[in-house]
Amino acid sequence: MAIRSIKNLKEFSTANERFEGAHLLCPGCAHSMIVRELMNATDDNLVISSATGCLEVCTAVYPYTSWDTSWIHIGFENSATAVAGAEAMYKARKRKGTLKDPDAPVKFVAFGGDGATYDIGFQWLSGAVERGHDFTYICLDNENYANTGGQRSSATPIGAHTSTAQAGRVSYGKKQKKKDMVAIMAAHGAPYVAQLAPNKWKIMAKGFQKALETEGPCFINTVSACTTEWKFDPKDTIHITDLATDTLMFPIYEIIDGHKLNILYRPKTVIPVEEYLAAQGRYKHLFKPENKHVIERIQKEINEKWEYLQRREEAGV
Amino acid sequence: MKGVLATDKRGVRELGAEELVGWDEVTHGVVLNSFDLEVENPAFSRPEERPYSDFNSYTATVASWRVIKPVYNRDICIDCQNCWVWCPDTSIISRDKQMLGIDYDHCKGCGVCVEVCPTNPKSLLMFGEAEDPEAALAQWPEKKKKAKK
Repeated sequence: MAIRSIKNLKEFSTANERFEGAHLLCPGCAHSMIVRELMNATDDNLVISSATGCLEVCTAVYPYTSWDTSWIHIGFENSATAVAGAEAMYKARKRKGTLKDPDAPVKFVAFGGDGATYDIGFQWLSGAVERGHDFTYICLDNENYANTGGQRSSATPIGAHTSTAQAGRVSYGKKQKKKDMVAIMAAHGAPYVAQLAPNKWKIMAKGFQKALETEGPCFINTVSACTTEWKFDPKDTIHITDLATDTLMFPIYEIIDGHKLNILYRPKTVIPVEEYLAAQGRYKHLFKPENKHVIERIQKEINEKWEYLQRREEAGV
Repeated sequence: MKGVLATDKRGVRELGAEELVGWDEVTHGVVLNSFDLEVENPAFSRPEERPYSDFNSYTATVASWRVIKPVYNRDICIDCQNCWVWCPDTSIISRDKQMLGIDYDHCKGCGVCVEVCPTNPKSLLMFGEAEDPEAALAQWPEKKKKAKK
C-alpha cells in the first residue's frame, strides 16, 4: 500500500530519512547503507528489532537512538523472536479492536548480523519462520563477529584470516566452507528468500519491497562489506561490493516459495576471484605460493555454485 | 531552502559530552523517545520539521571523527543522487530530487560519496578538514580527457 515507487534514483531520493546520522558505525560501513535503503523503500510504520552486533550497539549508544521508528534492543539470539512477538501482539490487538489506528499499515523487520543469523540466533530464526509470522528478517552478512574483534563465524568463507582462525605458518585461515543460509531458509518453505547487495541499489530496494509486501516470513541475506575486518580503505566499500557481485562470490538471486529460483543480476563480464581477494587484507596470505591451491578451490566452488544456480533457474522448479 | 543545511537542533552536542548516569543506574526496559511530541509517521515529515528530542542522535555530532572532508561543487553536479543512496551516515542532503549539500555534523569523512560520483571531474572531492571550502573550490581540477585507445 505505502510501498514507494522507485523508478529511478532521483525519485528514490525524495524519501524522508528515518535513520539518523551520528550513529557510531565505522566510516564507510555498509550496514547503514542497507538499513537506510530498507527504511526509504517504504512509507509504512516500521517495527524493527536488532540482534546484538555492530548495528545494535552503534545505533543505540545510551543516551542516543538513531531510529525514528519503533525499535527494540534485544539479545544476540532473539531478534526474530522479539519481532515475531510484536507481530503476534499486533494481530491480537487488531482482532480485539484495541489498536489506536487499526488501518495504519505496519511492517515488522528484524535485523541480525551473520553471527546472530548463521550461528547464535539460528534456532530462533528457524522457529519464527516455521511458525509463519508475517515479518522480514534481514541478515547483514559481514562474514565475521566484527563487533567483538573479528572472530570467525559460520559465514566466514574459506581462506579468510580472522582473529580466531588466523593465517600463518601452519594455517591458511578458516578451513571450513561458508554455510549456505539462503538455501537453508528456502528449505523452510519461506515465501520469499533472497541474497542482495547494496551496490545494486535498485535490485535491493525492489527485493526489500517484495519481502515487505509478501505475507509470511521472508529472509534476505545482504552482503555488508566490513572496512575494519576485511581490511580495506573505507572509501572502497562500494568498489569491494561490486567486486563481490561481479566475481560471483555473492551471486544475487531470489527463491520464491522455497523452490522457484530467479537470478536477479548477471555480471556482463565475470571477473576472476583473485581480484576480489587481492583487494582485501584478510586474504593477503592466499597469494603466497604455498596457498595457491586455496584460491583455486574458491574459484572452483564459485563456478560450481553459479552453474548450479543457472540450472535451477532454467529448470524453474 | 535556508534552514535545511543548518537547523537549530542538528549536531549541537559532541558525543559523550553530557553527564551520564551509569549503566547500573538505568532502569530495565528504558525507553528513549526519538521525538518530544507525538509524530504520526516520520516517513511523511522532513527532518527539519520534526520535533527531535535530546535522545535522538540527530542532535549529536561526530564531526570530530573526520580528518578529511568532502567538498561539494554545485556547478558540476548532475543530481544523480549516487552519493545520497550510498552515504552511510545520512549526510547527503537532498530535497526535491536536488542535491543541496553535505551535513558536516554527521559526516565521518569516509569518502564513499567521492568514489561513487560519476561526473568528470568529480563534483565531490576530499580535502583536509581545515581547508577553506572557497579555497578548495578554487583549486578544482579541470575536466580530464579520455585516453584514446
